[in-house]
Amino acid sequence: MSVSAAAGATPRVALMITCLADMFYPEVGERIVRLLRRLGVEVTLPTGQTCCGLPLFNSGYHDEAAAVAARTVTIFRDAEAVIVPSGSCAWMVKHEYPGLLRGRAEAADAERLAARTWEFSQFLVRRLGRTTFESDVEGPLAYHDSCHLLRGLHEGATPRTLLNNLSGAAVVPLPGSDECCGFGGSFSVRLPEVSTSILERKLANLEASGARCLVACDAGCLMQIRGGLARRNSPLRALHLAEVLKS
Amino acid sequence: MTEPLITTPLRERAAQALGDRFLHEALDIATTRFIALRRDAFGDFPEGEALRDRARAIKEATLQRLDAHLETLVANIERLGGHVHFATTAEEAREIVLDIARRTGARMAVKSKSMATEEIHLNDALQAIGVTPVETDLGEYIIQLAHERPSHIIAPAIHKTKGQVAELFSRELRRPGLPADPEVLTKIAREELREKFLTADLGITGANFAVADTGTVVLVTNEGNGRMVTSLPRVHVAVMGVEKVIPSMTDLAVFLAILAKSATGQKLSVYTTLVQGPRRPGELEGPDEFHLVLLDNGRVAQLAGPLRESLYCLRCGACLNVCPVYRQIGGHAYGYTYPGPIGILLTAMLNGPASVRDLSHASSLCGACADACPVRIDIPRMLIELRREVDVRGIAPRSERIVFKALARLLRSPTLYRLAARIGRAAQRPFVSDGRIRALPSFFGEWTKTRDLPSIAARTFQERWRDLS
Repeated sequence: MSVSAAAGATPRVALMITCLADMFYPEVGERIVRLLRRLGVEVTLPTGQTCCGLPLFNSGYHDEAAAVAARTVTIFRDAEAVIVPSGSCAWMVKHEYPGLLRGRAEAADAERLAARTWEFSQFLVRRLGRTTFESDVEGPLAYHDSCHLLRGLHEGATPRTLLNNLSGAAVVPLPGSDECCGFGGSFSVRLPEVSTSILERKLANLEASGARCLVACDAGCLMQIRGGLARRNSPLRALHLAEVLKS
Repeated sequence: MTEPLITTPLRERAAQALGDRFLHEALDIATTRFIALRRDAFGDFPEGEALRDRARAIKEATLQRLDAHLETLVANIERLGGHVHFATTAEEAREIVLDIARRTGARMAVKSKSMATEEIHLNDALQAIGVTPVETDLGEYIIQLAHERPSHIIAPAIHKTKGQVAELFSRELRRPGLPADPEVLTKIAREELREKFLTADLGITGANFAVADTGTVVLVTNEGNGRMVTSLPRVHVAVMGVEKVIPSMTDLAVFLAILAKSATGQKLSVYTTLVQGPRRPGELEGPDEFHLVLLDNGRVAQLAGPLRESLYCLRCGACLNVCPVYRQIGGHAYGYTYPGPIGILLTAMLNGPASVRDLSHASSLCGACADACPVRIDIPRMLIELRREVDVRGIAPRSERIVFKALARLLRSPTLYRLAARIGRAAQRPFVSDGRIRALPSFFGEWTKTRDLPSIAARTFQERWRDLS
């Protein structure tokens, strides 16, 4: 694939690391930075980042979520493009920020940020036009659709394009790949038994797929799925897409 | 308020359902099948997506002039010799039906499947005045024998395995040793019901639609029982939520093209029954009297309320089949008449926000419901809206409010955020081994009981950034 989509000046992108990747999966952020730099993208990390506010929004604390959103919008005001390693956080910024901040001083900035924000796989494929990578892990791989990326941002094909074009690892279909993993933020601790029961279904499907590694584009799903695999001492792994693409 | 508040915590209700192996099996088989059937039905029907948009637009336009469409409907039904009643509450609706039963000297009522009559708890009320209600939809018949309530909007006995139904029939119908064979069991139900159809005085139905400009009440069924209920007894009473009126037959065609596909994956249901008032002179069958009870019960208030979109609902049940929570716990654990994602919204509509304090959180917000909905109701958005209402009105537990307000404070301040990471790192030390946490005390234990938790990294990404540049 060509890089014609990015023809011209070096693309510059600000990384929105998100709270989960920042605290629990910093290696995902590191790999994204290395990969983007190798592709000739200049990466910045605006300071003072915390969280996009999705946990507050989803639990109905909208004034509080708006205050967090206003901060985030301000932090990323000058970014040409923003890249987010989780579908759910990208969805929050793209879909919910404009509504949350309507009528406030940050409203126009929120609209602009929404339009310039990309989920990681989206950025690679749609902005950079890059679809061919080498794999850094052994297959077979299976892709899990995270709910917000699939049904919120309508990106089912984009991450799969990257995986299907991988050299060095086979990809197998995951039965029920579009079904929720049971995470759902606070849902996972409000109704932990139900959340776990949904997860068990996902893990059974993963085992049935014959894959050795599940790939996802959302730190929330990974926390849930990895948590379940580790507790069962499973030999199977769950990785972020950025951990699979050779940087 | 229609139904009393349920006091057993949702989590307990759910845990009980999760522990039921038969329930789990029955739900898994049925919902998996429904999902595949629906997918295939729309897969073979490229016009489907555009028709869904069209159906949604019709619903919205109709609600904008609901009063006018209802007036037209009433005028046309009366012109055909039928009677229309308006019930503001569930109690009023029950009283209207009971009055009709008393006045016509009814002793037995045969019913075709109706969620509206479930909503107003009509069967108990009929029983109390000496009218025997007999459910004639096979699923409803099963749960009536079992003294239960529907656990699914279109498949009320979805929670039962065929083995359980065989046992139930053997016991309740005094026919010991029946095999777990659906064909045999269905035949027995037919035999039992045939006589009831012929002796009942009253036929009670719901309505999938009512066409305003022709005065037609439309029933969508699969077993033919709807036809018997509307044609054999002397009196037919249909109970219908006010939002189910549609302007014309052309609109009906749009809905019929997507309803059965969404519900059961059928191109059309086996029977589509169009009822236009009572029997007319010269006609051989049909009731002497026809009544339509229009039910408000909290619906009209939502025309201008946050749950407005849920008035588009066709009651197809597609959102239940795809919901990961419903598929695990089934309908009874929800506790009220309407289960599943749409059921939470309808419960709030009928019983107020206090009834959904916990239920509004019975969703991972995965969005599968909105995707499956034939009229694209944005259920997750309204669930979030309900959570907000529960919070703003102070219905949410105080402890929860404190936690979320504290979290909001922390996320507004990078200093506090960094401090939290440091404190977390220190606090987790006794619990971490190999970078994973297997058990944590108090609230966090809800996670670690069944799942490992990753430990907070020795250095967060933002702390590592300088090394990367």
